[in-house]
Amino acid sequence: MFLMPTLPDLVCPAGSLPALKAAVDNGADAVYLGFKNDTNARNFAGLNFDQKGMSEGIRYAHGKGREVLLAINTFPQAGRTDDWRKAVDAAVDLGVDAIILADVGLLDYATRRHPQQRLHLSVQGSATSYEAINFCQREFNIRRAVLPRVLTLAQVEHVIRNTSVEIEVFGFGSLCVMNEGRCWLSSYACGESPNTVGACSPAKYVKWDKQPGAMETRLNGILIDRFGDDEPAGYPTLCKGRFDVQGETYYALEEPTSLNVLSILPDILKIGVRAIKVEGRQRSPTYVTQVTRTLRAALDALREGDARYHVKPAWQSELAKVSEGSQATLGAYNRPWR
Amino acid sequence: MSPNFVIPRFRLPAFIARVGHKLPQWPHTLALVGALNAALKLRLLPESELAALEDKLFRVRILDTGGEASYTFRNGLFRPVFQAQREPDLAFAANLSAYLQLLARQEDPDTLFFNRELEITGDTELGLIVKNMLDAVEWPALPQLPLPGR
Repeated sequence: MFLMPTLPDLVCPAGSLPALKAAVDNGADAVYLGFKNDTNARNFAGLNFDQKGMSEGIRYAHGKGREVLLAINTFPQAGRTDDWRKAVDAAVDLGVDAIILADVGLLDYATRRHPQQRLHLSVQGSATSYEAINFCQREFNIRRAVLPRVLTLAQVEHVIRNTSVEIEVFGFGSLCVMNEGRCWLSSYACGESPNTVGACSPAKYVKWDKQPGAMETRLNGILIDRFGDDEPAGYPTLCKGRFDVQGETYYALEEPTSLNVLSILPDILKIGVRAIKVEGRQRSPTYVTQVTRTLRAALDALREGDARYHVKPAWQSELAKVSEGSQATLGAYNRPWR
Repeated sequence: MSPNFVIPRFRLPAFIARVGHKLPQWPHTLALVGALNAALKLRLLPESELAALEDKLFRVRILDTGGEASYTFRNGLFRPVFQAQREPDLAFAANLSAYLQLLARQEDPDTLFFNRELEITGDTELGLIVKNMLDAVEWPALPQLPLPGR
Protein backbone atom coordinates (compact mmCIF):
# COMPACT_ATOMS: atom_id res chain seq x y z
CA MET A 1 0.00 0.00 0.00
CA PHE A 2 1.10 3.53 -0.62
CA LEU A 3 -0.47 6.88 0.08
CA MET A 4 -1.38 8.99 -2.90
CA PRO A 5 0.28 12.40 -2.52
CA THR A 6 -2.26 14.27 -4.62
CA LEU A 7 -4.86 13.02 -7.00
CA PRO A 8 -4.46 13.98 -10.64
CA ASP A 9 -6.90 16.55 -11.99
CA LEU A 10 -9.95 15.15 -13.71
CA VAL A 11 -10.27 17.06 -17.00
CA CYS A 12 -13.68 16.73 -18.66
CA PRO A 13 -15.09 17.77 -22.04
CA ALA A 14 -17.68 20.46 -22.67
CA GLY A 15 -19.29 21.06 -26.06
CA SER A 16 -22.05 23.22 -24.60
CA LEU A 17 -22.90 25.20 -21.50
CA PRO A 18 -25.09 22.43 -20.02
CA ALA A 19 -22.19 19.98 -20.57
CA LEU A 20 -19.79 22.36 -18.82
CA LYS A 21 -22.12 22.68 -15.87
CA ALA A 22 -22.59 18.90 -15.80
CA ALA A 23 -18.81 18.41 -15.65
CA VAL A 24 -18.38 20.95 -12.84
CA ASP A 25 -21.37 19.69 -10.87
CA ASN A 26 -20.23 16.07 -11.10
CA GLY A 27 -16.66 16.53 -9.93
CA ALA A 28 -14.40 17.64 -12.77
CA ASP A 29 -11.38 19.63 -11.58
CA ALA A 30 -11.13 21.26 -15.00
CA VAL A 31 -13.22 21.46 -18.15
CA TYR A 32 -11.89 21.89 -21.64
CA LEU A 33 -13.76 23.53 -24.46
CA GLY A 34 -13.39 25.28 -27.81
CA PHE A 35 -14.65 28.22 -29.84
CA LYS A 36 -17.41 27.78 -32.43
CA ASN A 37 -14.97 27.67 -35.37
CA ASP A 38 -12.18 25.69 -36.98
CA THR A 39 -9.56 26.64 -34.39
CA ASN A 40 -10.51 23.51 -32.46
CA ALA A 41 -10.58 19.85 -33.41
CA ARG A 42 -14.27 19.33 -32.60
CA ASN A 43 -15.59 21.86 -35.06
CA PHE A 44 -19.03 20.31 -35.54
CA ALA A 45 -22.25 22.10 -36.48
CA GLY A 46 -24.05 23.49 -33.45
CA LEU A 47 -21.30 22.58 -31.01
CA ASN A 48 -18.97 24.69 -28.87
CA PHE A 49 -18.99 28.19 -27.40
CA ASP A 50 -19.40 31.74 -28.61
CA GLN A 51 -17.76 34.43 -26.45
CA LYS A 52 -20.91 35.06 -24.43
CA GLY A 53 -21.43 31.38 -23.66
CA MET A 54 -17.78 30.99 -22.81
CA SER A 55 -17.81 33.95 -20.42
CA GLU A 56 -20.77 32.44 -18.65
CA GLY A 57 -19.09 29.03 -18.55
CA ILE A 58 -15.89 30.44 -17.15
CA ARG A 59 -17.84 32.36 -14.51
CA TYR A 60 -19.66 29.18 -13.53
CA ALA A 61 -16.52 27.03 -13.32
CA HIS A 62 -14.45 29.64 -11.50
CA GLY A 63 -17.33 30.26 -9.10
CA LYS A 64 -16.95 26.66 -8.02
CA GLY A 65 -13.18 26.71 -7.97
CA ARG A 66 -12.62 24.72 -11.18
CA GLU A 67 -10.33 25.45 -14.09
CA VAL A 68 -11.24 26.16 -17.69
CA LEU A 69 -8.85 25.00 -20.42
CA LEU A 70 -9.40 26.22 -23.96
CA ALA A 71 -8.37 24.05 -26.90
CA ILE A 72 -7.00 25.85 -29.96
CA ASN A 73 -5.64 22.62 -31.28
CA THR A 74 -5.92 22.72 -35.06
CA PHE A 75 -3.20 23.97 -37.36
CA PRO A 76 -3.39 27.52 -38.79
CA GLN A 77 -4.21 27.31 -42.48
CA ALA A 78 -2.30 29.14 -45.16
CA GLY A 79 -3.32 32.78 -45.42
CA ARG A 80 -5.48 32.60 -42.30
CA THR A 81 -2.95 32.53 -39.45
CA ASP A 82 -4.57 35.66 -38.01
CA ASP A 83 -7.75 33.74 -37.17
CA TRP A 84 -5.77 31.43 -34.90
CA ARG A 85 -3.82 34.29 -33.31
CA LYS A 86 -7.06 36.15 -32.63
CA ALA A 87 -8.43 33.04 -30.97
CA VAL A 88 -5.39 32.99 -28.66
CA ASP A 89 -5.86 36.69 -27.85
CA ALA A 90 -9.57 36.15 -27.19
CA ALA A 91 -8.80 33.24 -24.88
CA VAL A 92 -6.40 35.40 -22.86
CA ASP A 93 -8.99 38.21 -22.67
CA LEU A 94 -11.64 35.78 -21.47
CA GLY A 95 -9.35 34.68 -18.65
CA VAL A 96 -9.08 30.95 -19.28
CA ASP A 97 -6.70 29.10 -16.97
CA ALA A 98 -4.76 27.55 -19.82
CA ILE A 99 -4.74 27.37 -23.61
CA ILE A 100 -4.16 23.98 -25.20
CA LEU A 101 -2.13 24.44 -28.39
CA ALA A 102 -0.75 22.05 -31.00
CA ASP A 103 1.02 24.18 -33.60
CA VAL A 104 4.57 25.30 -32.77
CA GLY A 105 4.11 28.57 -34.67
CA LEU A 106 1.08 29.38 -32.58
CA LEU A 107 2.86 28.30 -29.38
CA ASP A 108 5.63 30.72 -30.30
CA TYR A 109 3.10 33.53 -30.87
CA ALA A 110 1.27 32.80 -27.62
CA THR A 111 4.36 32.72 -25.42
CA ARG A 112 5.81 35.93 -26.89
CA ARG A 113 2.56 37.88 -26.95
CA HIS A 114 1.18 36.58 -23.65
CA PRO A 115 4.14 35.45 -21.55
CA GLN A 116 2.00 35.15 -18.42
CA GLN A 117 -0.56 32.84 -20.03
CA ARG A 118 -0.39 29.20 -19.03
CA LEU A 119 0.09 27.00 -22.11
CA HIS A 120 -0.49 23.26 -22.54
CA LEU A 121 0.77 21.17 -25.43
CA SER A 122 -2.22 19.48 -27.07
CA VAL A 123 -2.36 15.79 -27.86
CA GLN A 124 -2.57 17.05 -31.45
CA GLY A 125 0.99 18.32 -30.98
CA SER A 126 1.93 14.65 -31.19
CA ALA A 127 4.79 14.78 -28.67
CA THR A 128 5.50 11.24 -27.52
CA SER A 129 9.06 11.68 -26.19
CA TYR A 130 10.44 13.71 -23.31
CA GLU A 131 12.85 15.36 -25.74
CA ALA A 132 9.92 16.80 -27.73
CA ILE A 133 8.19 17.91 -24.54
CA ASN A 134 11.33 19.48 -23.05
CA PHE A 135 11.89 21.29 -26.33
CA CYS A 136 8.42 22.84 -26.06
CA GLN A 137 9.12 23.77 -22.45
CA ARG A 138 12.40 25.45 -23.34
CA GLU A 139 11.04 27.28 -26.37
CA PHE A 140 7.44 28.00 -25.44
CA ASN A 141 7.34 27.55 -21.67
CA ILE A 142 4.59 24.93 -21.77
CA ARG A 143 3.50 23.77 -18.33
CA ARG A 144 1.70 20.62 -19.35
CA ALA A 145 1.68 18.14 -22.22
CA VAL A 146 -1.15 15.81 -23.18
CA LEU A 147 0.31 12.51 -24.34
CA PRO A 148 -0.97 10.77 -27.48
CA ARG A 149 -2.67 7.47 -26.84
CA VAL A 150 0.13 5.38 -28.31
CA LEU A 151 2.42 4.90 -25.31
CA THR A 152 2.58 1.98 -22.90
CA LEU A 153 2.36 2.74 -19.20
CA ALA A 154 6.12 2.12 -18.89
CA GLN A 155 6.77 4.62 -21.67
CA VAL A 156 4.54 7.21 -19.98
CA GLU A 157 6.53 6.70 -16.80
CA HIS A 158 9.79 7.13 -18.70
CA VAL A 159 8.55 10.47 -20.07
CA ILE A 160 7.47 11.66 -16.60
CA ARG A 161 10.86 10.79 -15.07
CA ASN A 162 12.66 12.88 -17.64
CA THR A 163 10.67 16.09 -17.66
CA SER A 164 9.41 18.69 -15.23
CA VAL A 165 6.43 19.42 -17.50
CA GLU A 166 3.15 18.14 -16.07
CA ILE A 167 1.85 15.11 -17.93
CA GLU A 168 -1.80 14.59 -18.82
CA VAL A 169 -3.06 11.28 -20.21
CA PHE A 170 -6.38 10.04 -21.52
CA GLY A 171 -8.53 8.06 -19.12
CA PHE A 172 -11.70 7.44 -21.04
CA GLY A 173 -13.25 7.92 -24.45
CA SER A 174 -13.51 6.81 -28.03
CA LEU A 175 -10.33 5.58 -29.63
CA CYS A 176 -9.35 6.11 -33.23
CA VAL A 177 -6.22 5.23 -35.14
CA MET A 178 -4.46 7.66 -32.76
CA ASN A 179 -2.10 9.26 -35.20
CA GLU A 180 -2.98 12.49 -33.47
CA GLY A 181 -2.01 15.69 -35.20
CA ARG A 182 -0.75 13.75 -38.19
CA CYS A 183 -3.85 11.95 -39.39
CA TRP A 184 -5.08 12.73 -42.90
CA LEU A 185 -7.31 9.69 -43.43
CA SER A 186 -10.47 11.79 -43.44
CA SER A 187 -8.95 14.09 -46.09
CA TYR A 188 -8.30 11.04 -48.23
CA ALA A 189 -12.06 10.48 -48.47
CA CYS A 190 -13.46 14.02 -48.41
CA GLY A 191 -10.63 16.55 -48.52
CA GLU A 192 -11.15 17.65 -44.91
CA SER A 193 -9.56 16.40 -41.71
CA PRO A 194 -9.18 17.37 -38.02
CA ASN A 195 -5.93 19.23 -38.62
CA THR A 196 -7.35 21.39 -41.42
CA VAL A 197 -11.03 22.11 -40.72
CA GLY A 198 -11.20 20.80 -37.17
CA ALA A 199 -13.38 17.80 -37.91
CA CYS A 200 -12.77 14.17 -38.77
CA SER A 201 -15.42 12.91 -41.21
CA PRO A 202 -17.41 16.17 -41.28
CA ALA A 203 -21.13 15.44 -41.05
CA LYS A 204 -21.96 16.94 -44.44
CA TYR A 205 -20.08 14.03 -46.07
CA VAL A 206 -21.67 11.33 -43.92
CA LYS A 207 -24.68 9.34 -45.03
CA TRP A 208 -26.41 6.72 -42.91
CA ASP A 209 -28.32 4.57 -45.34
CA LYS A 210 -30.98 2.29 -43.92
CA GLN A 211 -31.40 -0.88 -45.93
CA PRO A 212 -33.58 -3.87 -45.05
CA GLY A 213 -31.64 -5.73 -42.35
CA ALA A 214 -28.61 -3.44 -42.42
CA MET A 215 -27.40 0.13 -42.21
CA GLU A 216 -24.67 1.39 -44.49
CA THR A 217 -22.31 4.20 -43.60
CA ARG A 218 -20.87 6.24 -46.42
CA LEU A 219 -18.28 8.99 -46.26
CA ASN A 220 -18.42 11.15 -49.37
CA GLY A 221 -19.95 8.20 -51.19
CA ILE A 222 -17.32 5.70 -50.07
CA LEU A 223 -18.83 2.73 -48.28
CA ILE A 224 -16.97 2.44 -44.97
CA ASP A 225 -19.15 0.03 -43.01
CA ARG A 226 -22.36 -1.98 -42.99
CA PHE A 227 -24.05 -2.88 -39.70
CA GLY A 228 -26.57 -5.65 -39.21
CA ASP A 229 -29.68 -4.68 -37.23
CA ASP A 230 -28.29 -6.01 -33.96
CA GLU A 231 -24.70 -4.89 -34.44
CA PRO A 232 -23.43 -1.89 -32.49
CA ALA A 233 -22.58 1.14 -34.62
CA GLY A 234 -19.56 3.43 -34.42
CA TYR A 235 -18.49 6.86 -35.58
CA PRO A 236 -18.27 7.19 -39.37
CA THR A 237 -14.50 7.50 -39.54
CA LEU A 238 -12.31 5.76 -42.09
CA CYS A 239 -10.04 4.25 -39.46
CA LYS A 240 -13.02 2.38 -37.99
CA GLY A 241 -14.37 1.14 -41.30
CA ARG A 242 -14.50 -2.46 -42.41
CA PHE A 243 -12.68 -3.07 -45.64
CA ASP A 244 -12.16 -5.86 -48.08
CA VAL A 245 -8.49 -6.76 -47.79
CA GLN A 246 -7.35 -9.66 -49.92
CA GLY A 247 -10.77 -11.23 -49.91
CA GLU A 248 -11.47 -10.75 -46.22
CA THR A 249 -13.74 -8.01 -44.87
CA TYR A 250 -12.76 -6.78 -41.42
CA TYR A 251 -11.69 -3.77 -39.34
CA ALA A 252 -8.40 -3.44 -41.16
CA LEU A 253 -7.21 -0.40 -39.17
CA GLU A 254 -9.05 -0.12 -35.87
CA GLU A 255 -12.17 -1.54 -34.24
CA PRO A 256 -14.70 0.89 -32.75
CA THR A 257 -13.70 0.81 -29.09
CA SER A 258 -13.35 3.06 -26.09
CA LEU A 259 -10.40 3.50 -23.80
CA ASN A 260 -11.16 2.79 -20.15
CA VAL A 261 -8.36 2.96 -17.56
CA LEU A 262 -10.33 2.18 -14.39
CA SER A 263 -8.47 -1.09 -13.87
CA ILE A 264 -5.03 0.54 -14.03
CA LEU A 265 -5.92 3.80 -12.31
CA PRO A 266 -3.66 3.09 -9.29
CA ASP A 267 -0.68 2.54 -11.64
CA ILE A 268 -1.42 5.76 -13.49
CA LEU A 269 -1.39 7.64 -10.20
CA LYS A 270 1.75 5.91 -8.97
CA ILE A 271 3.87 7.05 -11.90
CA GLY A 272 2.97 10.68 -11.27
CA VAL A 273 0.44 11.59 -13.94
CA ARG A 274 -0.78 15.13 -13.21
CA ALA A 275 -4.13 15.05 -15.03
CA ILE A 276 -6.54 12.54 -16.54
CA LYS A 277 -8.55 13.56 -19.55
CA VAL A 278 -11.93 12.39 -20.74
CA GLU A 279 -12.59 12.46 -24.49
CA GLY A 280 -15.91 13.61 -25.93
CA ARG A 281 -16.65 17.27 -26.54
CA GLN A 282 -19.03 16.07 -29.26
CA ARG A 283 -21.12 14.15 -26.70
CA SER A 284 -24.15 15.34 -24.76
CA PRO A 285 -24.38 16.69 -21.19
CA THR A 286 -25.71 13.26 -20.23
CA TYR A 287 -22.49 11.53 -21.27
CA VAL A 288 -20.43 14.15 -19.44
CA THR A 289 -22.48 13.58 -16.30
CA GLN A 290 -22.16 9.80 -16.49
CA VAL A 291 -18.43 9.67 -17.18
CA THR A 292 -17.40 12.50 -14.85
CA ARG A 293 -19.38 11.05 -11.96
CA THR A 294 -17.86 7.61 -12.48
CA LEU A 295 -14.22 8.71 -12.78
CA ARG A 296 -14.67 11.08 -9.82
CA ALA A 297 -15.87 8.16 -7.70
CA ALA A 298 -12.93 6.00 -8.82
CA LEU A 299 -10.37 8.74 -8.13
CA ASP A 300 -11.90 9.52 -4.75
CA ALA A 301 -11.69 5.85 -3.87
CA LEU A 302 -7.91 6.18 -4.26
CA ARG A 303 -7.64 9.09 -1.84
CA GLU A 304 -6.79 6.71 0.98
CA GLY A 305 -4.29 4.71 -1.06
CA ASP A 306 -4.73 1.77 -3.36
CA ALA A 307 -4.84 -1.13 -0.90
CA ARG A 308 -8.59 -1.45 -1.03
CA TYR A 309 -9.15 -0.09 -4.53
CA HIS A 310 -11.24 -2.24 -6.72
CA VAL A 311 -13.23 -1.39 -9.81
CA LYS A 312 -16.90 -1.43 -8.91
CA PRO A 313 -19.17 -3.25 -11.38
CA ALA A 314 -21.48 -0.22 -11.36
CA TRP A 315 -18.63 1.99 -12.64
CA GLN A 316 -17.81 -0.46 -15.40
CA SER A 317 -21.38 -0.85 -16.53
CA GLU A 318 -21.92 2.93 -16.56
CA LEU A 319 -18.84 3.42 -18.75
CA ALA A 320 -19.53 0.37 -20.91
CA LYS A 321 -22.97 1.76 -21.72
CA VAL A 322 -21.68 5.01 -23.20
CA SER A 323 -18.73 3.40 -25.02
CA GLU A 324 -18.43 3.46 -28.75
CA GLY A 325 -18.68 -0.07 -30.08
CA SER A 326 -19.71 -1.05 -26.54
CA GLN A 327 -16.29 -2.46 -25.85
CA ALA A 328 -13.52 -1.01 -23.74
CA THR A 329 -9.79 -1.57 -23.87
CA LEU A 330 -6.66 -0.35 -22.13
CA GLY A 331 -5.44 0.83 -25.51
CA ALA A 332 -1.68 1.11 -25.76
CA TYR A 333 -1.15 1.29 -21.98
CA ASN A 334 -0.72 -2.47 -21.60
CA ARG A 335 0.49 -3.33 -25.08
CA PRO A 336 3.33 -5.85 -25.03
CA TRP A 337 5.13 -4.40 -28.07
CA ARG A 338 6.54 -0.90 -28.50
CA MET B 1 -38.94 14.69 -11.39
CA SER B 2 -37.13 12.92 -8.58
CA PRO B 3 -33.42 12.53 -9.36
CA ASN B 4 -33.72 8.88 -8.44
CA PHE B 5 -36.42 8.16 -10.97
CA VAL B 6 -35.01 6.08 -13.80
CA ILE B 7 -36.78 5.52 -17.09
CA PRO B 8 -36.29 1.84 -17.94
CA ARG B 9 -35.62 0.58 -21.43
CA PHE B 10 -38.88 -0.94 -22.59
CA ARG B 11 -40.72 -1.85 -25.74
CA LEU B 12 -44.49 -1.64 -25.93
CA PRO B 13 -46.34 -4.75 -27.15
CA ALA B 14 -46.55 -5.07 -30.93
CA PHE B 15 -50.34 -4.71 -31.11
CA ILE B 16 -50.08 -1.11 -29.93
CA ALA B 17 -48.09 -0.15 -33.00
CA ARG B 18 -50.55 -2.03 -35.22
CA VAL B 19 -53.44 -0.05 -33.74
CA GLY B 20 -51.38 3.16 -33.52
CA HIS B 21 -50.71 3.17 -37.24
CA LYS B 22 -54.43 3.38 -37.90
CA LEU B 23 -55.10 6.21 -35.46
CA PRO B 24 -55.02 9.84 -36.56
CA GLN B 25 -51.53 11.29 -36.34
CA TRP B 26 -52.53 14.93 -35.86
CA PRO B 27 -52.91 15.03 -32.03
CA HIS B 28 -49.29 14.16 -31.22
CA THR B 29 -48.03 16.16 -34.21
CA LEU B 30 -49.76 19.25 -32.83
CA ALA B 31 -48.47 18.46 -29.34
CA LEU B 32 -44.87 18.15 -30.57
CA VAL B 33 -45.03 21.29 -32.70
CA GLY B 34 -46.65 23.15 -29.81
CA ALA B 35 -43.85 22.09 -27.47
CA LEU B 36 -41.18 23.16 -29.96
CA ASN B 37 -42.83 26.55 -30.41
CA ALA B 38 -43.08 26.96 -26.65
CA ALA B 39 -39.32 26.32 -26.44
CA LEU B 40 -38.84 28.95 -29.15
CA LYS B 41 -40.94 31.43 -27.21
CA LEU B 42 -38.87 30.85 -24.08
CA ARG B 43 -35.77 31.51 -26.22
CA LEU B 44 -34.38 28.11 -25.26
CA LEU B 45 -33.27 27.30 -28.81
CA PRO B 46 -30.14 29.11 -30.00
CA GLU B 47 -31.15 31.66 -32.64
CA SER B 48 -27.84 31.35 -34.46
CA GLU B 49 -28.63 27.75 -35.42
CA LEU B 50 -32.31 28.11 -36.28
CA ALA B 51 -31.64 29.43 -39.79
CA ALA B 52 -30.30 25.97 -40.71
CA LEU B 53 -33.76 24.49 -40.07
CA GLU B 54 -35.66 26.79 -42.46
CA ASP B 55 -38.00 24.84 -44.77
CA LYS B 56 -36.50 21.49 -43.78
CA LEU B 57 -38.88 18.58 -43.39
CA PHE B 58 -38.52 16.57 -40.19
CA ARG B 59 -40.12 13.28 -39.25
CA VAL B 60 -40.19 11.75 -35.78
CA ARG B 61 -41.37 8.15 -35.70
CA ILE B 62 -42.14 6.26 -32.52
CA LEU B 63 -41.75 2.64 -33.53
CA ASP B 64 -43.58 0.88 -30.72
CA THR B 65 -46.60 3.20 -30.62
CA GLY B 66 -46.97 3.47 -34.37
CA GLY B 67 -47.01 7.24 -33.96
CA GLU B 68 -45.40 9.58 -36.41
CA ALA B 69 -45.12 13.36 -36.68
CA SER B 70 -43.85 15.46 -39.56
CA TYR B 71 -43.14 19.14 -39.24
CA THR B 72 -41.14 21.95 -40.72
CA PHE B 73 -39.69 25.28 -39.59
CA ARG B 74 -40.73 28.37 -41.51
CA ASN B 75 -40.67 32.10 -40.75
CA GLY B 76 -39.72 31.63 -37.14
CA LEU B 77 -42.25 28.94 -36.23
CA PHE B 78 -42.44 25.16 -36.25
CA ARG B 79 -45.41 24.03 -38.35
CA PRO B 80 -47.08 20.64 -38.66
CA VAL B 81 -47.02 18.86 -42.00
CA PHE B 82 -49.91 16.42 -42.27
CA GLN B 83 -49.37 14.99 -45.70
CA ALA B 84 -45.70 15.10 -46.50
CA GLN B 85 -45.15 15.16 -50.24
CA ARG B 86 -41.53 14.14 -50.10
CA GLU B 87 -38.98 12.22 -48.08
CA PRO B 88 -37.99 14.10 -44.91
CA ASP B 89 -34.65 15.92 -44.78
CA LEU B 90 -34.11 14.38 -41.38
CA ALA B 91 -35.86 11.41 -39.80
CA PHE B 92 -35.66 9.97 -36.31
CA ALA B 93 -36.99 6.53 -35.41
CA ALA B 94 -36.90 4.95 -31.97
CA ASN B 95 -39.06 3.28 -29.36
CA LEU B 96 -40.89 5.50 -26.89
CA SER B 97 -38.52 4.65 -24.04
CA ALA B 98 -35.51 5.93 -25.99
CA TYR B 99 -37.21 9.28 -26.62
CA LEU B 100 -38.17 9.57 -22.96
CA GLN B 101 -34.60 8.75 -21.89
CA LEU B 102 -33.28 11.41 -24.27
CA LEU B 103 -35.71 14.09 -23.11
CA ALA B 104 -34.98 13.37 -19.45
CA ARG B 105 -31.24 13.58 -20.26
CA GLN B 106 -30.88 10.11 -18.87
CA GLU B 107 -29.16 8.73 -21.96
CA ASP B 108 -26.83 10.30 -24.49
CA PRO B 109 -27.97 10.31 -28.14
CA ASP B 110 -24.64 8.89 -29.34
CA THR B 111 -25.00 6.05 -26.82
CA LEU B 112 -28.48 5.24 -28.15
CA PHE B 113 -27.19 5.51 -31.69
CA PHE B 114 -24.21 3.20 -31.06
CA ASN B 115 -26.55 0.70 -29.42
CA ARG B 116 -28.92 0.95 -32.39
CA GLU B 117 -31.78 2.20 -30.25
CA LEU B 118 -32.04 5.48 -32.13
CA GLU B 119 -32.08 5.64 -35.90
CA ILE B 120 -31.17 8.88 -37.66
CA THR B 121 -31.47 9.06 -41.42
CA GLY B 122 -31.30 11.83 -43.98
CA ASP B 123 -29.08 14.91 -43.84
CA THR B 124 -26.45 13.99 -41.26
CA GLU B 125 -25.25 17.54 -40.73
CA LEU B 126 -28.79 18.72 -40.08
CA GLY B 127 -29.09 15.86 -37.59
CA LEU B 128 -25.96 17.03 -35.82
CA ILE B 129 -27.24 20.61 -35.67
CA VAL B 130 -30.53 19.44 -34.13
CA LYS B 131 -28.76 17.14 -31.69
CA ASN B 132 -26.33 19.82 -30.56
CA MET B 133 -29.14 22.37 -30.38
CA LEU B 134 -31.08 20.17 -27.99
CA ASP B 135 -27.92 19.43 -25.98
CA ALA B 136 -27.27 23.16 -25.60
CA VAL B 137 -30.74 23.91 -24.21
CA GLU B 138 -30.72 24.87 -20.58
CA TRP B 139 -34.06 23.54 -19.46
CA PRO B 140 -35.50 25.86 -16.83
CA ALA B 141 -35.95 24.28 -13.42
CA LEU B 142 -39.57 23.33 -12.94
CA PRO B 143 -41.35 25.73 -10.63
CA GLN B 144 -41.89 24.43 -7.12
CA LEU B 145 -45.62 24.14 -6.73
CA PRO B 146 -46.89 25.04 -3.28
CA LEU B 147 -48.23 21.90 -1.66
CA PRO B 148 -51.75 22.04 -0.25
CA GLY B 149 -51.96 22.19 3.51
CA ARG B 150 -48.77 24.13 4.03
